[in-house]
Order: sequence, then structure tokens, then C-alpha cells
Amino acid sequence: MTRATEPLDSADLAHGGGELLGEDESSRLSSIAELLRTLTSAPVLIALGALAVVALIALLAPFLGTTDPLAIAPGERLRRMSSAHRLGTDAFGRDVYSRVLYGARISLLVGMAVALASVAVGLVIGLLAGYFRLLDSIIMRVMDGLMAIPGILLAIALVTVSGASLRTVVIAITVPEIPRVVRLVRSVVLALRVEPYVEAAIALGTPVPSLLLRHIVPNTVAPLIVQGTFIFASAMLTESAMSFLGVGLPPEIPSWGNIMAEGRTYFQLMPGLILYAGLLLALTVLSVNMLGDALRDALDPRMARKL
Amino acid sequence: MSDRVLEVDGLSVHTVGTARRRQILADIAFDVRQGETVCVVGESGSGKSVTALSIMGLLPRGGLAPTTGRILVDGEDVLVASAARLRALRATRMAMVFQEPMTALNPVHRVGKQIDEVLRRHTPLGRAERREKVLAMLDAVHLSHVAQIYDAYPHQLSGGQRQRIVISMALILQPKLLIADEPTTALDVTTQAQILSLIRELQEKHNTAVMFITHDFGVVSEIAERIVVMHRGRIVEVGPRTDVLARPRQAYTRVLVSSVPSLIPRRRESPTGEIILEVADLSKTYSEARLFTAGRRVAAASGVSLTIRRGEVVGLVGESGSGKSTVARCIVRLIDPTSGTIRVKGRDIAEIPRGPLRRLRRRFQIVFQDPYRSLNPRRRVGNSIVEGLINFGTPRDLALRRARELLSLVGIDPEVMRRYPHQFSGGQRQRICIARALALEPDLLVADEAVSALDVSVQAQILQLLEEIRSLTGIAVLFITHDLRVAAQICDTVVVMQNGHVVEAGRAETILTAPRQDYTRALIEAAPGRHWDFQSFRPNRAVAADVASP
Repeated sequence: MTRATEPLDSADLAHGGGELLGEDESSRLSSIAELLRTLTSAPVLIALGALAVVALIALLAPFLGTTDPLAIAPGERLRRMSSAHRLGTDAFGRDVYSRVLYGARISLLVGMAVALASVAVGLVIGLLAGYFRLLDSIIMRVMDGLMAIPGILLAIALVTVSGASLRTVVIAITVPEIPRVVRLVRSVVLALRVEPYVEAAIALGTPVPSLLLRHIVPNTVAPLIVQGTFIFASAMLTESAMSFLGVGLPPEIPSWGNIMAEGRTYFQLMPGLILYAGLLLALTVLSVNMLGDALRDALDPRMARKL
Repeated sequence: MSDRVLEVDGLSVHTVGTARRRQILADIAFDVRQGETVCVVGESGSGKSVTALSIMGLLPRGGLAPTTGRILVDGEDVLVASAARLRALRATRMAMVFQEPMTALNPVHRVGKQIDEVLRRHTPLGRAERREKVLAMLDAVHLSHVAQIYDAYPHQLSGGQRQRIVISMALILQPKLLIADEPTTALDVTTQAQILSLIRELQEKHNTAVMFITHDFGVVSEIAERIVVMHRGRIVEVGPRTDVLARPRQAYTRVLVSSVPSLIPRRRESPTGEIILEVADLSKTYSEARLFTAGRRVAAASGVSLTIRRGEVVGLVGESGSGKSTVARCIVRLIDPTSGTIRVKGRDIAEIPRGPLRRLRRRFQIVFQDPYRSLNPRRRVGNSIVEGLINFGTPRDLALRRARELLSLVGIDPEVMRRYPHQFSGGQRQRICIARALALEPDLLVADEAVSALDVSVQAQILQLLEEIRSLTGIAVLFITHDLRVAAQICDTVVVMQNGHVVEAGRAETILTAPRQDYTRALIEAAPGRHWDFQSFRPNRAVAADVASP
């Protein structure tokens, strides 16, 4: 009952008797080195490269030979590729190349905004639910209720109520993502609450806010980074799906979903109207997901060993 | 070679797959004869478990590998045996019993089926014969209602019952060698005594060779015929029991043996200082929250009363589940008591709400069992020590100066304040935890199994430290332990608990030498190694006389 099990892990055994080990920061450095090693496998590097390209496209869209993605030219409708329009034009005569490039901005913006917002809100709610037993049952029932509604349906309903704009779409995609973050944070808090070092801090009279910030929040960072990455990818997909269905961003905004929605009617005539936006979306989501998997393996070594 | 069942010769084990190849075992050599019990004893990290795993061929692949030497089991070298051959050997010639019986059993299969599997794999017996054999084996390990046990799942059994199942699984094919790796460490003393006598009985019946790994010299003195002392991957000393225990040749063995605390309580003066803690009729009941019906209620502690005076060490003693930790956690208000009063210097803190309670917390501090989880791994130890002081408004530079003083007090170089917990050994971490608890200059220190996870030599140092602190500061200590030896060493007063109730309380000398209650007597009698006085390197005369007289 009382003696800690002896370590069978070879690394622990190597440290065995356990006097002062190494230099001050040695193990912290080695864990960073470990992280880098996991993140530098070939598929992850390709994914990172692809993401970097998409991010550069988004940032540098105005300088990549694009024209105004919103400029309508009725005389130039449905043109094929030419020197003036590298990927042709759509049904309103807008330049497809420019629209697809500017679309990267919207997708990445939505993905990032949703990931940050849902992680931030979810962290706060999760801390409250995990630490205060009275709030827990109330918060978690609300979260269960939210999770019972299909995310995209909830998002569509929220946009329908509050009107289509970038902000409402971001909020609408964020809300259904929050319960997952709350559950994650809550589970970390519940596990840590009974750790002796947290109990020792309580016994030392540490006020609750400092207790959460000093001893609990740092432990949520790694799982939240991983979860945030997956939310990033799924938010981009949800935005595209909503826009494609016509219930997302206003149609004039050049998001990949909107581009594909408008190109749908002319798909057989001009596949490029859907193809380029769809390819970029698939590439971005795939890269983000691969990065998320790699991060999870790196930050949660137990998971990696099982795989 | 005839009766040597196990021969280990020149065995070395290294790490593999890491940048730096480290030697884990160096030149291990010993043997175990038929019907003999050899105890391999050493502190954590000494390589005892690696030795056992090497013999079983169970070293973590890609982690550790034997580099030199031979391991002959019944004349056959297991280091060169094929994987298939090893599997066959493992069941029929050698078997192993692990420390934690719950993890050694598969939780989703009935235990009878798990024992049956050994027979199914390795014998041509039919279904009915196998069942009969399993039931006979269960009977041989003294389990009652064997048919019901056969159909039970591991979680339905007690720790002692589970260990009996594991033992029957290991011994059902009558292997020539049984390796037992701390098989009783996770068990209560009374259960431990039963399991030890069971192993002895089965060993005599089948003339099995037993290699028994333990850190507990009490157990060693009970069962060993010969002793192998290990330290940092090397064998320090091998010899017959009485030679090693009474006339250790090596300095390390001397230190190790003499670190084992004596069961004979020290004489102390009755503490007369002011009363620091007065607990009266304390109860803690856990009840399941149910919406409509009343949930199940478990009384973890009921009607517990105790007092601690300034400079007094009160031991709260009992087996697992006796409620001693519940009482400790109620007293420092990590959990809220259901009823009763807890007076700290006359002020009842049992029902003070959390907010005002926070200001009173500096009066009472706690040190936990597991030094590895008691410090936040992400914070420098200096920051951990000053946390309490800063919470109570001490300026940071003043708090840091105080932390340095405290570190010197607990015997740690104050220059290490900027290091992280993982850079310290278990004993050092426990010293840091004590320094952190003392930083607030509390009146009461609660030590919840604070030395139970430590090796004996480190344990002796921490007990010494607590003693020094007590005489230096006059702090009152509530010392929770399951180990009567530790209690005898440090406590003035002992309170014995069982099933949430106080069974007996009084001066340590009285309780531990002349207990009035049967339960206390049973606890003392089950303590392993009662007949040996480790600190004087000789048999314990008092107990020997005791045994002789009736």
C-alpha cells in the first residue's frame, strides 16, 4: 500500500539511486529536443511546409499578381485560363485565382479565431467546472445539452438568428466546439485536484485564483494545444460546409466554401471553379490534422508508445 | 550442480537504445538451491527487480539487455534460449509473483479461468481434470469457498486473496524456481504474515527454490536462509542469514541493517506542554449522492478523539482502510468532517468556512507520503518553499532568505533553490516538503505516511530530522503510519485505529509492549522480524523469552 512501485522504465532505472541529476536545465532542454525530434519526421515536415505555403498565400495575397477578388466583370463571365485570368473567371466574371488566394485568408482567419476563442472560453469554464463542485453539475449538464445538438446544425441556427457576417459565423462555429474543450480541461483539473502538490498548496493557504494559475493551468497547456489544432481544422471545414450550403458567410466574401458553392452549377462546364478551392481546403485541413497528431504524440508520450 | 536450481554467473545488464550506454547490473553472481529461500535485498534502484526480470527473460525489449554472464535455471542457460523455449520454461521451471496482485491479474476474466489458462497452454489435461486441479490448487493456498472464488473476478477479491490467486497461478505446474518480487509489500502486515507462511508451506511441500526480493529487513529475518545484499547494480554481500544480520562484513550492509527501526519504543518523558490540537468525536461519513433514495453510506472515521501537546509526537497507527488518513485530512481541512470538533490552540476549525479558514492555515501544515508527487514538477523548489510565506504577505526577498535558512535546517544546500524537483532524490524531496511545511512556522505538523515511501537508510535520516525539528521548535506532530517500527521510533503517544474507530490509545511504551486490545496485539505479532534486534545486530531477547515462556 505504501511503497512506490519500483520503476521498470529503463530511463528511470538508469537514474536509479537518484542523487542530483545533471545540470539545472538539462532535462527541460532534453524534453524540448525530444519534441523537436518527434516534429521533424518527414510527413510532419511536409505538413508544416504545406501550412507555411498556405499561410504565406494568405498574408501575401495582394502581392501575388491578384486583382480585386470582388470586382465583377459581366463581359468576362466563365472565361477559361488566360494570361489575364490565370485560373479563369467565374459566373460573375470575377478572377478565380484572386478569389482562391484571398479565400485562404478567410479560412485561416476563421480557423484560428474559432480555435483561440473556444480554447479560451473552454479553459475558463472547464476550470470553474473542475474546481468548484457545485458549479460542476450545472455547467456539465449545459455542456451535455450543447453536445447533444449536431454542431453544424447549431451553427446554422445561430447564424440564421443573428444574421450572416464573419463575426457571427466565428461565434456560431465556436459555441459547439466549447463543450469538448470544457470536458478536456475539467478532466485535467479533476486529476490534479487530488495531486499532493495541489493539496499542499491548499494547505499553504494559496488563494484559489493563484492555485489555478500556478498549479493547474500549466498542465492544461499541452492538451489544449493539441485540441486547439483539431478545432482549427474542423472549424475551417465547418465554415466551408456552411458557406457551401448558403448559410455561412455572406456570398460576396471570397471564402473557399462560397467559391465552391457558386461554382457548383458550372462544375461540369468548368471544374476549376470548385477544384482549386477544394484542393487547397483539403490540403490545409490534412496538414493541420497531421500536425495535431504529431503534437499529440510529442506532448503525450504514453499515447505515442501505444501507437 | 545437482541441487542448484538457479545459478547466476557474471551477469551484466546495460541500457540499449539511448545515446549513453549505462550499466544497470555489474557482475551479479549467486545461486539458489532446491528448497532454499534466498532473499535479495536492497534499496530502490539497486537492481533487484532487473535481476529478477533478467532471469525470467522479461527485460523491456529495446530498453535493457544482458551483455555478459550466464543464468542457468535447472542447468539450462536462459540468456541463450529462444523465445518459445523461454515461454515453456517460464511456466514449468520458473514462475514469478509480482508486487501488485491487482495488476498481475486480468480484470476482465474470472480468476479460475486465468489459472486454467496456464494448464491449458502447458499440459494435455482435459477440461474436467484441469478444473479439478485448479480447485485443488485454490484449496492448497487456503482459500475458502473455492468454487465461488473460481468464478470471481479480481476486483471482487481482497488484496490477500488476489495474491493467493497469483501464487497458485505461479505454482500450479510445480516450477522448481519461484521468484517473488516484493509480493507482500502492497499488503497489510497481518495479511503479509499469512502470505509469507503460505509461501513457506508450499515451498516445503514441493521443495521449491525461492528467490525472494524485498526491501524489508523484517521479512528477510523471518524467511531467508541466505541473503544477497545489492547496491547500485552490484552485489555487496552474500551469506547465511545470521551472518549477514549479526556480522555484516561490508560497511554498506552495516548501515542498512542498523537503519531498520527497532520495535522497542524509546523511553520518553510525558509531554506536559500546552495542548495544541484537541480532536473530539470526529466523524467523516461518505454518502453517495442519489436523487430520490438514500445512497450508500460509508463511515471512514467515527468518534475519533485525540489530543496533542506542544512538542509531542502522536502516532496514528492502523492498516489500510482504518481511517487514519481520513482523520489526518480532516484535521488539516483538506476534507470537511461530518461531525465533531477540531480545536487548534483552543479554536474550533471543524466548521469554519473556506474563506476565513485560509488565514488559519498557517497554524497547521501537512507532509504527504509520496515525495515524487508532493512538489509541483514545473516550479523551482525555492518557489515551492516560499509559496506559503508569500500567500501570507511576506515580501519576496525576505521569504527567499527564510527559505534558505529552512533548507539548511533540513540538511539541503541552500544553493539549490533554483533547481526543479526532478533533480532531487526521494529523500531530498521529502526534506524540501518538510521545509515548505515549516516555512509558515505552524504549531502542528501532520505527517501522513511521510517516511513510508522511502528506503530504510533515508527513512532513518528523515526520522532523525523530524526529531531534531521537534526538539528545536517544539512543534506538535501527528504522525500517521502503518509501520509499527517507525511509530516505536518517533512517537510519544500511539493511537491505534481499525475500521474508522480508535481501538486503543496511550503512551507508546505501554501500547507497543503491553497492548490491552487483541487487535493491537495481532498487529504487533504480525510485524515481521520481531525476534531480531537490527540495531544491535542480535536476536531480540525480550521477544525470544516471550516465545519461549508459554
